[in-house]
Amino acid sequence: MDFLSKNLPYLLAGISVGGQYALIAIGYTMVYGILRLINFAHGDIFTVAGLILIYATTILPLYISIPLTLVATVALGYIVERAAYKPLRNAPRMSVMISAIGVSYLLQNLALYITGGLAQTYPAIPFISNTISVGPATTKVVTVITPILTIILVIALMQLIGHTKIGMAMRAVANDFETSRLMGIKVDTVISMTFIIGSFLAAVGSILYFANYPSVIPTSGAMPGLKAFVAAVFGGIGSIPGAVIGAFIIGISENIIKGLGWTTFSDAFTFALLIIVLLVKPTGLFGEKATDKV
Amino acid sequence: MKKLAALAVCAAMSLATVLSASAADTITIGVFEPASGDNGAGGKQETLGVRYANYVQPTVEIDGVEYDVVLNIQDNESSTDKAPTAAVAAADGASVVLGSYGSAVSIAAGDTFLQAGVPAIGITCTNPQVTDGNENYFRICFLDPFQGTVLANYASESFGAKKAYVLTKLGDDYSKGLGYYFTQAFEALGGEVVADDFPEGTADFTSYITTAMNEGCEVIMAPTSIEAAQLIIETAAAQGVTVPLLAGDTWDSNVILAAAEGKDVQIYVTTFYQEGADKEFDAAIKEWINSDSELLAYNGGNDTIAAVTVMGYDAYFTALEAIKNAGSADPADVLAALPSTTYTGVTGQIAFDEVGDAIRDTAFVKVANTETGAWDFVAEQGVQ
Repeated sequence: MDFLSKNLPYLLAGISVGGQYALIAIGYTMVYGILRLINFAHGDIFTVAGLILIYATTILPLYISIPLTLVATVALGYIVERAAYKPLRNAPRMSVMISAIGVSYLLQNLALYITGGLAQTYPAIPFISNTISVGPATTKVVTVITPILTIILVIALMQLIGHTKIGMAMRAVANDFETSRLMGIKVDTVISMTFIIGSFLAAVGSILYFANYPSVIPTSGAMPGLKAFVAAVFGGIGSIPGAVIGAFIIGISENIIKGLGWTTFSDAFTFALLIIVLLVKPTGLFGEKATDKV
Repeated sequence: MKKLAALAVCAAMSLATVLSASAADTITIGVFEPASGDNGAGGKQETLGVRYANYVQPTVEIDGVEYDVVLNIQDNESSTDKAPTAAVAAADGASVVLGSYGSAVSIAAGDTFLQAGVPAIGITCTNPQVTDGNENYFRICFLDPFQGTVLANYASESFGAKKAYVLTKLGDDYSKGLGYYFTQAFEALGGEVVADDFPEGTADFTSYITTAMNEGCEVIMAPTSIEAAQLIIETAAAQGVTVPLLAGDTWDSNVILAAAEGKDVQIYVTTFYQEGADKEFDAAIKEWINSDSELLAYNGGNDTIAAVTVMGYDAYFTALEAIKNAGSADPADVLAALPSTTYTGVTGQIAFDEVGDAIRDTAFVKVANTETGAWDFVAEQGVQ
């Protein structure tokens, strides 16, 4: 019992952080699966979602500002894809990646300009910001809700991909871009849909994340974004269940390491893991075998 | 056509960055402060003090000639790799430079000021390395060895604490330094210390707080930036922490008060000035801040007076005093005049010792009142 009461908070924090990483990691992995593009701006879309809610709540009640945040973030993801990635569809893959880095810095600096560089305090969201006791540990409701909501969203997403027309189109495009275009699939619509889903999950993740750690700075999304990216690679980039499992493993491991007293190395662990995965099993836990198309 | 448009955009952007030259018959004081990044909130409050002083006293008289004092405010973005560039810009044409909030950036910029031959007056950078071995750097605040000892004494005397949890930020000279001096003093008093550090960009402090509680620490010492402080306070409140949180001068900010308001946490800080110590000054600066919404936003949205603002005010007048003593706006003359310059400011008597540090022997201890959202004065604490 004593062991449990001492270690449960670490585990809870790990599961909760893992859920938040998972929601971001799905955005990375889906975009990679379809476009073979690492969307570096994804972490910043997450930050912007946080800022949108902060500014929305200053003039609107929460029940309007939360849906508004979701819609505005989705719109942002859509616009970024249309403006910065679509024109480069036939350019070398590297150009799109550089464009993504550019968008990332653009969003960061816009946030810097708008906030004046100061940390903005995230509003308390009723119910999920409250504290509850889980056994011997005290925590916020959101810590408990995050993993549950993450799993529900992932199941819904799997259903969407596995059993709907747009889902089938996504799988086709991911499988073979050119052929699916020849088969009459509207590739651009499918790609837009991918960005819409990714941004929506990032917005949900942002609400859960900032409800727990209520301070938003322009670089708030950078670290979660990077770790979610590592999670996506670890799970096998392109695979949704892989990204989710990778995210939970990273979130939990990080907090266990902190609990063991090696706080200095908690970040180093994540990135060391990235290097090891790339060396030992570059396709990740659930990644498809690399097949070079001739 | 597309290329032409792109070229036009590039040309317009580069044109916009070309600045016009400054006018004559003025004296420039460089202000080297963060306005963004981790220490942005504090840096802005400190700059606000300098700006208020410049508003109160916009001119200086040298040999019967009245000169306008112009502030050249440069943002060092709280970042040690951007600091030297900002320092070059702040020192350019300046008689003296003020700043910075945050010791790490001041240390990073020390060489720049030395090479430029421009004297610098640190306002609230408390790490010894700022002035140590740098004859151009002076400062008007107390130092971390003193502040750390004060905090350790306070923890041990007022709370009877035997075990302390010290949480510092990796790679932050201020945080590490103050944590180190606290540890030294606390262990000398017979206490035990559990130390942890967190990397840049940490948002989740749950595990740290859990460790502190598991180890049975009676006080949490967290000399961190304000950004991390907000999250530490939030996490401590969410986990029902009952032991007091201690911190240095950095936490003396209305951002911390806002974070603590309505929560069940105890926060104690050491600082340079207690609001209410000089009522006339307080009233005048509040009126000035409230007169303009831009200034109000600069102060974090309300008119609570942070100690760093008052220190910024005193630093400006100390600089003017040095310029008057030098009888010249030449940085070399100001540098020569600084060691013997004294000034009695709002925060007390300012004089420099041989290293260039201010001679100060008391700090104020304040507690955050979580109901009213204000600082309550606790004690004036020195060291034996």
